[in-house]
Amino acid sequence: MTVFLDLIRGFLKVGCFAFGGAYGAISLIRNVALSHGWLTDEALSYIFAVSESTPGPIMVNLATFVGSSKAGFWGALVATIAVVTPAFIIMLLFAEALNHLVGHPHVDALLDGLKSTVIGIIGATGVYLTAHNVIGHHDGAWTFDIRAAVITAATVALIVGWTKIRKKKPSTITVILISAVMGMIVYGV
Amino acid sequence: MDRRGLAELFGSFFKIGLFTVGGGYAMIPIIEDCCVDEKGWMTHDEMMDITVIAESTPGPIAINCATYVGYRRGGIWGALAATIGVSLPSFIIIFVISRFFEHFLEYKPIASAFKGIKIAVKIVLLEEAIHMFKLMPRRPLQWGLAAAAFLIMLAADVIGLSVSSIILLAAGGLISLAVFSAGQRKKEGDR
Repeated sequence: MTVFLDLIRGFLKVGCFAFGGAYGAISLIRNVALSHGWLTDEALSYIFAVSESTPGPIMVNLATFVGSSKAGFWGALVATIAVVTPAFIIMLLFAEALNHLVGHPHVDALLDGLKSTVIGIIGATGVYLTAHNVIGHHDGAWTFDIRAAVITAATVALIVGWTKIRKKKPSTITVILISAVMGMIVYGV
Repeated sequence: MDRRGLAELFGSFFKIGLFTVGGGYAMIPIIEDCCVDEKGWMTHDEMMDITVIAESTPGPIAINCATYVGYRRGGIWGALAATIGVSLPSFIIIFVISRFFEHFLEYKPIASAFKGIKIAVKIVLLEEAIHMFKLMPRRPLQWGLAAAAFLIMLAADVIGLSVSSIILLAAGGLISLAVFSAGQRKKEGDR
C-alpha cells in the first residue's frame, strides 16, 4: 500500500510543479525519482530514452514506466493518473476563467505578449534541436552526424516539395510515418 | 454534448496521443492539423491561446491542450474524454514495453524508425513556429517580443544555460501589458 501512496505523492508533485513540458522538468523528475529511491540514475536515463522515443507525453510515459516497474499494472495506473490530474484541474479552471476574461483589453494585451513570446521560444527550440540533431559537442570535440543530416535534408525537401506540388503542407502524421521509414533505411534494420 | 461528439473527441485525441513522439511541443502541430485545419473546432488564434496557457501552467503540455480543447468543445465530459484519449496510447504502449520488452531500444528496426521520427519532429516543430510567426499580427511590439524571446532562448541553449521559459513568458506578457496601460494613460491624458 505504501508504494502506491508513494507513487501518488511523487507524481502529483511532478504534475504540480513541472512547467514547460518534460524537458523543462527533467531535474524535478530526477529529484523525485531518486529521492523516493525508485530508480538508479542509470535506469532513469534508460526510461527517459524510451519515453522520448515512444508516442505520448514524456511525463505520462515516465509515470507509467516507473509505476509499472514498481507496482505492476495498478502502480502504472495510479502514477499516470497522479501525473495527469493537476494539469487537468488547472486547465479546467483556466478554460472557465478565460471564457469570462477574453475580450477584456488588459487580458488581451497580456495574451498578445505571451503569444509573441511563445512563438520566439518555440522557434528557438526548433532551430536549436534541429541543429543539435546534426551537430553535436562531445568531450570538447565537435561531431557531425551525416546520417541525421541526410534525414534532415530529406524531411525539409519532403515538406517544401509537397507544399509546392499539392498546394498544401503534408499532415504531421504523414511526415512522421515517412520519417520512420527514412530512419529504418538510413540507420538500418 | 452527445455520445457521438464525445466519441469523436476521444478518437481524435487518441490519434494525437498515438502520433506525438518527443514530448508536448511536438504535439502542437498535430493538434493544429486536427482541431483547426481538419475539424474546424477552433481558430488559429484560439490555438495560440491554448499554447501559451499550456506553456504557462504546470503539467504535460499534451494534457493541458487536451483538457482545454475538450472542455471548450464539450464541458467537463469533453475534457475527460480528450484527456483520457490523449493519455491512453502512451499508457498502453509504455505498460507493454515495461512488462515485456526489457531491451526495447535494442530492437534495431524500432530504434532506427524512432531515430528518424525524432529528427523529423523537430523540423515539423520549426515549421510550426514559422507558420505561427507568419500569422502573428504585424505590430512592432509583437515583433520585438518574438525576436527577443527567440534570441535569448537560442543563446541560452547554445551556451548551455538553462533559462526558464516561464520567466521569459512572464516578462513578455508584462511588457505587453505595461505598454498597453501606458498607451491608455496617454490617451486619457490627451483627452
